[in-house]
Amino acid sequence: MKILVCISKTPDTTAKIAFTDNNTKFDGNGVQWIINPYDEWYSLVRAIELKEADASVVIHLVTVGAADADPIIRKALALGGDEAIRVNADSHDSYYVASQIAEVAKQGSYDLVFTGKETIDYNGSSIGGMLAELLDLPYIALASKFELAGTKAIVTREIEGGEETCEVALPAVISCQKGMAEARIPNMRGIMAARTKPLKVVEPVSADSLTGIQSFSLPPAKAGVKLVDPENVSELVRLLHEEAKAI
Amino acid sequence: MSVLVYIDTADGHVKKASLEAMTYGSKIAEQIGTSAEAVVLGPVNDDLTSLGKYGIKKIYNVANDSLNHLDAQVYTKVVAQVADAAGAKVIVFSNNTNGKAIAPRLSARLKAGFVSGAVALPETSPGFTVKKSVFSAKAFANVSVNTDIKIIALNPNAYQTIATDGTAEVISFNANVDPPKVKVTNVTKASGEVPLTEAEIVVSAGRGMKGPENWGMVEELAKTLHAATACSRPVADAHWRPHNEHVGQTGIAIAPNLYIAIGISGAIQHLAGVNRSKVIVVINKDPEAPFFKAADYGIVGDAFEVVPKFTEAIKKLKGVS
Ligand SMILES: Cc1cc2nc3c(=O)[nH]c(=O)nc-3n(C[C@H](O)[C@H](O)[C@H](O)COP(=O)(O)OP(=O)(O)OC[C@H]3O[C@@H](n4cnc5c(N)ncnc54)[C@H](O)[C@@H]3O)c2cc1C
Ligand SMILES: Nc1ncnc2c1ncn2[C@@H]1O[C@H](COP(=O)(O)O)[C@@H](O)[C@H]1O
Repeated sequence: MKILVCISKTPDTTAKIAFTDNNTKFDGNGVQWIINPYDEWYSLVRAIELKEADASVVIHLVTVGAADADPIIRKALALGGDEAIRVNADSHDSYYVASQIAEVAKQGSYDLVFTGKETIDYNGSSIGGMLAELLDLPYIALASKFELAGTKAIVTREIEGGEETCEVALPAVISCQKGMAEARIPNMRGIMAARTKPLKVVEPVSADSLTGIQSFSLPPAKAGVKLVDPENVSELVRLLHEEAKAI
Repeated sequence: MSVLVYIDTADGHVKKASLEAMTYGSKIAEQIGTSAEAVVLGPVNDDLTSLGKYGIKKIYNVANDSLNHLDAQVYTKVVAQVADAAGAKVIVFSNNTNGKAIAPRLSARLKAGFVSGAVALPETSPGFTVKKSVFSAKAFANVSVNTDIKIIALNPNAYQTIATDGTAEVISFNANVDPPKVKVTNVTKASGEVPLTEAEIVVSAGRGMKGPENWGMVEELAKTLHAATACSRPVADAHWRPHNEHVGQTGIAIAPNLYIAIGISGAIQHLAGVNRSKVIVVINKDPEAPFFKAADYGIVGDAFEVVPKFTEAIKKLKGVS
């Protein structure tokens, strides 16, 4: 069983969101970069659990990014992957990134590809689906549970207002979210081992970009909170009804 | 040429988010001088012709036993066939669970540029630029699409539904449908309750509630308002509430008309999932709680005293006791 886990690099969840170059670039000044939480907590940790249950499982990590993604991929290796591949390209076009990952996936003939539900910066929620289409494989989006059963997988996914359990033959592409696994902290042994694990850097294949970010903007600031006396709760109801027209 | 809207259904009923997508799609059609059409897969119980109200002229219905459950691979091929027949130049999805499964696949299949999480109509002259939510609703990006066909997934609750007059022509479309590779074995619905992502009002509570035994008053408030219930992450982690109620950066992102946060501190990761809400009410005993900075209305007080009074006052407004 070979699993490919897609790892992306995102600003820390508490990072200040600001833009430079006339609002065309994210301002990375002083920002701490982390593994996208969905990739780390849910897809990578679930893959590691599968390996713990069956030592023959091999986990490869892939990231599409410039050299500044190396610390992120090393951290992911410290958590538990066997080896990592970085495709040396910097792009925010989902189709371009998915095309790069598809190439890696084809080369490695994996039984399973995990992505996160979405990146917390660009919120595309699209790489998994695009990848599945490029590989012509089944795709289960927003999985919250995943079990292997021979050559099949049993997956629970989110649907509007509930969940659905389904069976799918492998290989398949799965996007992972909360419920899949519990977050872990890398231990010293893992961090030491990660130093000697292979991190292969490959050049991108040629692929088209279908979209481009022109500019960013920030939402208008809130007017400020209107506080209501706790002894006069009906005033809050009046405001919500008459002023905000929310109830 | 047309704008094609994907109509999402659950148990044979058209989802509210799809009504928004139809209104949005028909506005784009107006903008680029064409007509809006729609596609719906699988069994439908609602009257489709009445969806003309949302500006849809023609609806392609594909019924086939293989489409009773979502298999994104199978669905994508069918939507691609309809898109081809309709000469679709813009394809609109709702950015909900099914949209997230199908739209990106379709994008790769048609090699059509895709923007998910759209929050406004595209700029269409010149070019084609879509405003989308990024950084977990902390910012927006204007994304240009370079391809002949464009695919947009519209965020739920980002675009107001407008109903006018009109009927849609419904045609049953004969598509090649592959047998599904995904077999659904069990479906669990949060029955009778309002689904969180579609709810107009959400009542949410955090660690300030002290324990699961105190959720009665939260549920009572939610019931009075016909609201869905939600919670902060530590509350779900401690199993006080089910995981599917967890909102925030790592949980569900919502955008209701009204979000009521009770005993939640307002950590940045929590706000990331709720800051698209139109009106935010915060009830917290700590005047320094960061949530007040993101709120429109607030009460500094003890939830255990304020919430029951709040519920009573709403009942009075609604004339129920
Ligand atoms: C990478 C990452 C991702 C995360 N993702 C999420 C996420 O998706 N969603 C999320 O919610 N959190 C998330 N968190 C956790 C987040 O940082 C906070 O820890 C969490 O939101 C706090 O939950 P809380 O407000 O319920 O609890 P607390 O922070 O403990 O706050 C409890 C609040 O209740 C108030 N209170 C206490 N008693 C009363 C009373 N009697 N009446 C009124 N008020 C009272 C207190 O004043 C306090 O403000 C994430 C954290 C990280 C690091
Ligand atoms: N540059 C990248 N390199 C590797 N994987 C990525 C990259 N960008 C996104 N992914 C994967 O795709 C998932 C969804 O990302 P997105 O579609 O961009 O929201 C992420 O959670 C990652 O698992």
